[in-house]
Order: sequence, then C-alpha cells, then structure tokens
Amino acid sequence: MNVLLAIAALVAVVSTLAVILQRTAVHALLYLIVSFFALAVAMLALGAAFAAALEVVVYAGAILVLFVFVVMMIGSEGPIPGPGAWIGPALLAIVLLGELAYAFVARPALLAPMAGSAAAAIPPKEVGLALFGPYAICAEIAAFLLLSGLVGAYHLGRRDASPADGGRAGGGPA
Amino acid sequence: MNAQSLELALGLAAVLFVIGLAGMIARRSLVFMLLCAEIMLNAAGFAFIIAGARWGRPEGQAMFIFLLVTAAAEVAVGLALILRLSASLSASLSGKLKDLDADEIRSGGA
Repeated sequence: MNVLLAIAALVAVVSTLAVILQRTAVHALLYLIVSFFALAVAMLALGAAFAAALEVVVYAGAILVLFVFVVMMIGSEGPIPGPGAWIGPALLAIVLLGELAYAFVARPALLAPMAGSAAAAIPPKEVGLALFGPYAICAEIAAFLLLSGLVGAYHLGRRDASPADGGRAGGGPA
Repeated sequence: MNAQSLELALGLAAVLFVIGLAGMIARRSLVFMLLCAEIMLNAAGFAFIIAGARWGRPEGQAMFIFLLVTAAAEVAVGLALILRLSASLSASLSGKLKDLDADEIRSGGA
C-alpha cells in the first residue's frame, strides 16, 4: 500500500467535501486549493511529476485565482466570513507539507513507486515529446480553444454600451 | 503500480467526481456550481493520470493537459457569464434563472 497516496487521498476527500459544505464562496475556494494540492501530491505518488506541477500552477494558481477575482467582484452571498477561517485549510495543507517533506527527505523511493515494476515514473520529456509529436494537432486545437475562450470571455465581460449608442456594442452589427 | 494503489487511486477519482456531482446538484449558487464542475473535471483528469501511470505511457498526462486547457477556457467563459448576470440582473442564484424568463428575472424573481 502506498502510504503517500493514501494520506493524499484522505486529505483530498476531506477538503473536497468541505468545499461543497461551505456557506461562503471564499472558504470553499480555500478548501478547493487544498484539494488541488492533495491531488497534486497523489499525482506525484503515481509518478506523474509534470502533471502534479501543472495541477498546482494552472489549477490552483490560475483558475482558482479567476474564481477569487469573480467572488471579489460580485461579493459574497453568505454571512460575513469571520476570523479563523484559514485554520482548517491550513491544517490540511500542513499535513500535505509534512507528507511531502517526509517523502523527499526520508524515503525518496516513495516518489517512484513504480520504479521496480514494468511501469516507471514518466518524466516531463516524454510528455512533451508525446504532446508535440503524435498529438501536435491536438495541441493546435487546444490553442484554438484557448483563443476562443479568451475572445468569448472578453466579449461577454465587456460593459454594456450607453443607451445613446443604440446598444450596438453589445452584439455586433445591429 | 500495484493493484492496491491502482484501486485506491481510481476510488479517489470516483469519490471526487461523485462529491462534485453532489455539490452541483445540491448547491444553488452559480459560483458553487462552476466550482463543482471544476472538481468533476479534475477528478476525470486524475483518472487519465492513473491510466497513464498504469500503462507507463505519457498519453495520460498529455490528455490531462488538454483537459486543463478545456477547464481554463470553460472557467473563463463561465465566470464572464456569471459576472454579466450578476452585474445586469443582480441574480447570481440559479434558482431565479431556472425558467429563463427575462421579465421575471429582471423584477427580482417574484
């Protein structure tokens, strides 16, 4: 049994349950960040280091920051969050940090659980070679998707034109 | 990867997906529903990682990256829509929006 994976799974389930049980969106976002960290540790335990880094950088670092921006802009719906809301997520994150530190310092073998078997840890180089080799067309399509998402978000997020403008700025040629 | 790790990881992915689905059904706030969609997408991506690790192939992580791109685009457009709704209609509760009746929404969901 992979202890690293088991503890990360426990933290992930607890924090994700806490996400959907929170009353205010900001608290839910805190717990969701911890949940993504826990999943990143689980991916590390599975030998997918590149995906673990992307989970932290893109999911917790970029997508959830978007959520934080929107929650700040539209305001919180629930009661005003009091002090001390950070204690729960901080405790879970400390569990993850201790787990990672233990794995790195004491037992590096935990991070390469599949080294002895047929399936070893997959380095980022192989992922990049697959991404821009046989799946290059998929990478291009993903770029198109990101561009369309950018244009769509810009178009939807634009402020309404003034009524004197005839509302033409809202949706193309009127 | 031994069988126990495989079962544990796949069970984790399934549990996370179910939690996200339950939240999507139970919560009424649009922001929370988008969060739960993120949880479900993330669980599906984790399942791809598990499959890639099981067979020792990089395709699992490549697919996870494509899923990441999809999630980013979805969140950008979804959050722009939520901002738009909350700015113009002051209705971020999906309960007010379920009938898609513009007059009713504008009048505050009476």
